[in-house]
Amino acid sequence: MTHAYLQIQGIEKTFKRGSHEAIVLKDIDLTVDKGEYVSIIGHSGCGKSTLLNIVAGLIDATTGGVILENREVNEPGPDRAVVFQNHSLLPWLTVYDNVSLAVNKVFAGVKSRAERHDWTLHNLDLVQMTHAKDKRPGEISGGMKQRVGIARALAMEPKVLLLDEPFGALDALTRAHLQDSVMAIHQKLGNTVMMITHDVDEAVLLSDRIVMMTNGPAARIGEILDVPLARPRNRLELAGNQAYLKCRQRVLEFLYERHRFVEAA
Amino acid sequence: MNMPVLKTEPSVKAAMPGADVLRITPAKPNLVHSRLLPALRDAAAAVLPPLVMIILLLTVWQILCSKPGATLPSPTKIWSEAYDLIVDPFFVAGPQDIGLGWRVLVSLQRVAVGYGFAAVIGIMLGTIIGQSVWAMRGLDPIFQVLRTISPLAWLPISLAAFRDSQPSAIFVIFITSVWPIIINTAVGIRNIPQDYRNVARVLRLNPLEFFWKIMIPSAAPYIFTGLRIGIGLSWLAIVAAEMLTGGVGIGFFIWDAWNSSRLSDIVVALAYIGIVGFILDRIVAVIATIVTRGTAAN
Repeated sequence: MTHAYLQIQGIEKTFKRGSHEAIVLKDIDLTVDKGEYVSIIGHSGCGKSTLLNIVAGLIDATTGGVILENREVNEPGPDRAVVFQNHSLLPWLTVYDNVSLAVNKVFAGVKSRAERHDWTLHNLDLVQMTHAKDKRPGEISGGMKQRVGIARALAMEPKVLLLDEPFGALDALTRAHLQDSVMAIHQKLGNTVMMITHDVDEAVLLSDRIVMMTNGPAARIGEILDVPLARPRNRLELAGNQAYLKCRQRVLEFLYERHRFVEAA
Repeated sequence: MNMPVLKTEPSVKAAMPGADVLRITPAKPNLVHSRLLPALRDAAAAVLPPLVMIILLLTVWQILCSKPGATLPSPTKIWSEAYDLIVDPFFVAGPQDIGLGWRVLVSLQRVAVGYGFAAVIGIMLGTIIGQSVWAMRGLDPIFQVLRTISPLAWLPISLAAFRDSQPSAIFVIFITSVWPIIINTAVGIRNIPQDYRNVARVLRLNPLEFFWKIMIPSAAPYIFTGLRIGIGLSWLAIVAAEMLTGGVGIGFFIWDAWNSSRLSDIVVALAYIGIVGFILDRIVAVIATIVTRGTAAN
């Protein structure tokens, strides 16, 4: 743990609106190792997306900081590529152009034009979207859009891949399919991943560690759970696996017994 | 992927063992029946209703203006009096006796210059205003007042400033059509989704790349709405401006015809103005659909 790849240190975030001050996150400390897949789970409104956005640099923390590979990061950059919940593809560009926009920007001057073209195609191939490379986002399904979003993020060769509820807007079958794809890609490339989710099964299936957040306001990290399951994982085999069920149980208990979602009165 | 498909196919067949299949041999595809007739029907559906209405209107007009003592010319009278103007838009019979096509072209030239300036400056100003909250707060009220001023009201000011009719007419077109372009562009820029901005920030696009790759495409539908309103307004303005500044344009022709009591010529000129205005609007609309293709779909 001494050579933590990504360190989140003492993050606190308050939103001010006039004289009213709301503490969203308090005392968040987390370290992520290289190649680790960490999920952050919590009820909606607990500030987990805010935390991800702080790591991405899209929001500034009120106090505390993020250190990636011994360097403090406080502005967005391609080393922390984000897969947005609503895919955020540019609708006027084709699938290929959406990815190549990122490739051309990040690798301008590093790779030749032909290399950038190949790299774009390679990443589309990785998410099995080469067949739709000339289509526009409006012409493909939600799951496909998210695949392209993942390809765009992967194409930046980020140090950390940030997934903001990437499968939230998808139907259950598409979601499972995409989870398998992400697992396979993680297996193959060994990315460091930080994923926001509210799906217990998804968290247990994909992660090495699950970070459970308490309810806001002033949400903290309530508990961190190691998932001691060997990779590659198979969702069918895991369905009856004791370790899997135990992890699932722990997360469920945390979310629904100790930190039940309290509706705002 | 293809495994389930292989499995289901036989079972579907097995499910209906002895079903009688009625085979209707399709008639030989006849090109006239399959292609030509539907195409003709569609064309007729589009053309016939307006045609009927035009004939109806002309008939009513003819009846109303055929009475003795009618102040306006009837269609038949216009046809006989302004025959040369209607039939040949591009005749040249003397320095001031030229076809309406030439006059329209001169007017279009002025519109092109004035509207071109309005489009470029309007989009630039709109972008700045859309970017900055303070520029919006400061300038929007001023623009909202200025845009209601009639084109003709600007004319004396611009004549005083430019001391020449040609740049004055162009300025009037510019000042009339620039407001909707500015305002719509500003709204379009303000409405760029935060998601696109986030993508740009993660990619670290520089301001110029952000402008070309995110802002302009994202705001394009709004910008083109402004451009379309603008072209309509500038065509409205040119006629008014030319009536006062003189020269060769279609507006001056109307004023000239009025001064020499050629009412039939005026009616023909009105038809020209209407049709050209319609075509200009369609051209901008077509460009808009080509350029903004896919932008609206999300």
